[in-house]
Amino acid sequence: MTALSSQFPIIVAIVPLLAAPICALFRGTTLPWAITTIISGITFYVSIQLMIAVIQGGPISYELGGWAPPWGIEYVVDLLSGFMLILISAISTGVLLFSRESITREVPDHQLGLFFAAYLLALTGMLGICITGDAFNVFVFLEIMSLSSYALIAMGANEDRRALTAAFQYLIIGTVGASFYLIGVGLIYMMTGTLNIADIAARFPEIEGARPILAAAGFIVIGLAIKLALFPFHVWLPNSYTYAPSIITAFFAGTATKVGVYLLIRFIFTVFGVNYSFGGLELTDILLPLAVLGFLSMSVVAIYQTNIKRLLAYSSVAQLGYIILGIALASESGLMATIVHIFNHAIVKSGLFLSVGCMFYVAGSVYLKDLHGIGRRMPVTTFGFVLGGLGLIGVPLTPGFISKWYLVVASIEHGGVIGYGLVALLMVSSLLAVIYIWRVVEVAYFRDIPEGAEKKEAPLSMLVPTWLFIAASFYFGIETTFNVGIAKATAAFLMGGS
Amino acid sequence: MIEGLNPGFILIFGALLVPLTSGIVRSILLLTLPVLALVQIYTLGLGTWGHYDFLGLSIELTRIDPLARIFGTVFCLAAFMGMIYALHVKDTVQHFVALIYIGSAIGAVFAGDMITLFVFWELTAISSVFLIWASRTERAYKAGMRYLIIQVSSGVILLGGIILYYQETGSIAFNYIGLTGLASGLILVAFGIKSAFPFLHNWMQDAYPEATVTGTVILSAFTTKLAIYTLARAFPGTDILIPIGGAMTVFPIFYAVLENDLRRVLAYSLNNQLGYMVIGVGIGTELSINGTAAHAFAHIMYKSLLFMSMGAVLFRTGTIKASELGGLYKSMPVTMVFCIIGAVSIAGFPLTGGFVSKAMIQSAAADGGMIAIWLVMLFASAGVMDHSGIKVPFFTFFAHDSGIRVKEAPVNMLVAMGFAAFFCIGIGVFPDLLYQLLPYEPTYHPYTAGHVITSLQLLLFAVLAFALLMRYKVYPPELRSTNLDFDWFYRVPLKRLALAAGRLIATVWAWLLGIGRGIVAGIIEKTVNTHGDGKVMARTTASSTAVMIIVAALGFVVVFFYRFLQQPVPM
Repeated sequence: MTALSSQFPIIVAIVPLLAAPICALFRGTTLPWAITTIISGITFYVSIQLMIAVIQGGPISYELGGWAPPWGIEYVVDLLSGFMLILISAISTGVLLFSRESITREVPDHQLGLFFAAYLLALTGMLGICITGDAFNVFVFLEIMSLSSYALIAMGANEDRRALTAAFQYLIIGTVGASFYLIGVGLIYMMTGTLNIADIAARFPEIEGARPILAAAGFIVIGLAIKLALFPFHVWLPNSYTYAPSIITAFFAGTATKVGVYLLIRFIFTVFGVNYSFGGLELTDILLPLAVLGFLSMSVVAIYQTNIKRLLAYSSVAQLGYIILGIALASESGLMATIVHIFNHAIVKSGLFLSVGCMFYVAGSVYLKDLHGIGRRMPVTTFGFVLGGLGLIGVPLTPGFISKWYLVVASIEHGGVIGYGLVALLMVSSLLAVIYIWRVVEVAYFRDIPEGAEKKEAPLSMLVPTWLFIAASFYFGIETTFNVGIAKATAAFLMGGS
Repeated sequence: MIEGLNPGFILIFGALLVPLTSGIVRSILLLTLPVLALVQIYTLGLGTWGHYDFLGLSIELTRIDPLARIFGTVFCLAAFMGMIYALHVKDTVQHFVALIYIGSAIGAVFAGDMITLFVFWELTAISSVFLIWASRTERAYKAGMRYLIIQVSSGVILLGGIILYYQETGSIAFNYIGLTGLASGLILVAFGIKSAFPFLHNWMQDAYPEATVTGTVILSAFTTKLAIYTLARAFPGTDILIPIGGAMTVFPIFYAVLENDLRRVLAYSLNNQLGYMVIGVGIGTELSINGTAAHAFAHIMYKSLLFMSMGAVLFRTGTIKASELGGLYKSMPVTMVFCIIGAVSIAGFPLTGGFVSKAMIQSAAADGGMIAIWLVMLFASAGVMDHSGIKVPFFTFFAHDSGIRVKEAPVNMLVAMGFAAFFCIGIGVFPDLLYQLLPYEPTYHPYTAGHVITSLQLLLFAVLAFALLMRYKVYPPELRSTNLDFDWFYRVPLKRLALAAGRLIATVWAWLLGIGRGIVAGIIEKTVNTHGDGKVMARTTASSTAVMIIVAALGFVVVFFYRFLQQPVPM
């Protein structure tokens, strides 16, 4: 490693953090946008370099300030965190490429500097959560991410004032979640005297039966369940996604909840360990029913929505049900399905939200009633939406199929009535997805264009990034070496090396 | 051409060119693609190509063996025929989806593994529904929607079956499966939906008559025969198929007798013909599989011919109700001749396609000593004669003169019908040409004295009736002739029996449907009340309520975890 590349782990987190205040100093559109995009691109590049290094040489440990762990803060890049870093920075960069036209329309010019500053902070938070190996540092980054995302969602108020109440509700519930997490970490610290995740994991067997540890597990599981919007703790999500600016919705749908899932995987598999989580705490009994209720109930709710963004938001909660189901099955193939689906759903859902962003840019509304005949008004955008929708349903050649395939395989491996019942329910929920995507298709292609509506596509600067996501989703649905390969290796590592 | 390219892709890729063309260029494109696909099938010869590894599954994009080849061949011919028939249509959407649909059906036939099969399976469903919607009526839209739901469900069930099968055997190769458990059961049900097994059949009569004139012709050739192919591949000799096929041959007859919409009559008779093929698969001997393949081949030809002639009538007169038509032989004599060729073919007269193929299945049943099913097929043959062989041409072209005077069908339609008629008779006269294509060594000779006489005896009565009819047509009074003809045909007892049986089946079916609908409506109402827009599950609860839920959940989880404390703690 060269001098610079040995500093890569800290660069990922510190560069966007430092760039944020610089952004806030600028007024106007172009400069803050350009800075943010470049910074995000840098994190993407660095993430890829880190991943290559991990694949070649195993996990990287970086001692912050030269203090050796467990006393100092340690940054750790292993397969799972490297995977998350790439995912987050890639989605962030793609969304930013899209954002220029979209955000100047949705957020007033004088707020743009602050907007991009908050965006960079949110990015910092997400990347930091994934890269740090310190449980308290996680909390710090979690708060950075959360506070900036409250602000970002509230900036949708220019279009719809309800963004303010949505952001406020997210603030209350999100803070509860973060506090629970902090309480849990505090209890663990009380018992182990350390905050380093690897160190906690090493000491864990000695104290795992202790009462505070059980309480800590409860606080952490529930706290993270709120952050990742597991049903029934999802109340904050639909409103936030609906009223946030388009690009923020696209960005968060791909990343914010996924970071919560990442943390949950870390605690369940690395800190608590597989045997303790599922043998002792019997987490399956808690997570599995919630996951199933989530993907069924929320898919049904999505069917009746009249606002496309809200429809997709409920669909996100449902898809998180799939992701959690993979964890709850407590097997290598289940965990693999979870990790694959984190990646696949992020790409598909961001692509969908971006195409909805295009529709909003042209039609000025995301209510189904205002989008009659949009398929003929904006053929390129709408076709992209339909292809993304196919990914959500899980049609072969799309990434959704890959995830569902592994999820079904894991369910069958689980066996018994529950396993086969799950297979049936997964099929039912696929059909529900067909229905809610169909509702949009019907409005888009089978209704007459209202009089006076112009036939116009979104600008190329928005269409190209949108289609980049759609094309990527098909690429990863067909050529699965990257997503499935890494997920497989990661799942094996987490299950075996607990 | 690319080595080992699945012939289906030629049509699918070709379809992508359709929107770029127009006029004569498009016509040439539409007619060339099926020919290219056919050439591709025979240039490749027998073998397998296109092996890939996908998620650890071995994909085999192209597999040509005799069984697949005969279905692929007839699909290409039917595609060519359908494209001629649809040449006058200017609707880009219809051309595009028709090619995609046919391409995916051919692709499915040549798929060597079940994942490829599944992809093409769903693609046929999704593309074909646009042929129904192309009618652009509210009825067609709703029927298409129901069709789509059923077809996609069949795909979902198939996928479930495939995954279970893969878990059991570790293989996704598409070969003999046999009915052994849940996995194969699901696969069988999926195939059964597409081949319109009894009680899984309604989508066909529901949707086919709603499609456009050309759409119905194209639809009727592929979906169900693809399903028959998959059955013949995966479930030959599965006993349960014999009674299922028997039921399929018999029960549509009652509906067909009662039905007034002639395209729907043909849809019922399609169902009945599929029954023969399902029986052939169920018997599972070399002869019966040969018979199934041959019957599928001949069937596509004469059934398309019938649908085409009825389509031409609908195209010219604007109606297809038996009660509104009649006397068209004056206006559309050529169409009438073609219709009758199709009718005698479906009825299985010697020297027609229907005879040489149906006889094989019947002989296979007789060879196996299956008297009951042999009798059922005999009865069904009489039924076919009645509704497809006589009712359809009679009510359209003869009966009382409706006074409708129209032009003869367009030239392209006549050419397409001529093409099909040529095959109907060609197969009947020179069966050996067809037999060479069969999956197993053909040892069967249809034109023995015994076969011909049996068949003629069966049809004799109907022929006589038909001859008398013609006589009464020449000498009206109209009213009397109509009444008498009617009586002659159905004869009083048969008619009453048919009506009574039809009503009984209809009542029971309506009752079952009613219960089913009630349950579904109940579930939907429940979910709307709880999950609808603004209802409990979709409401934005107040933050305080949300926090209460969270705290309650936390309490529950912590208590749940504390159970662990009572157990001995490993220190």
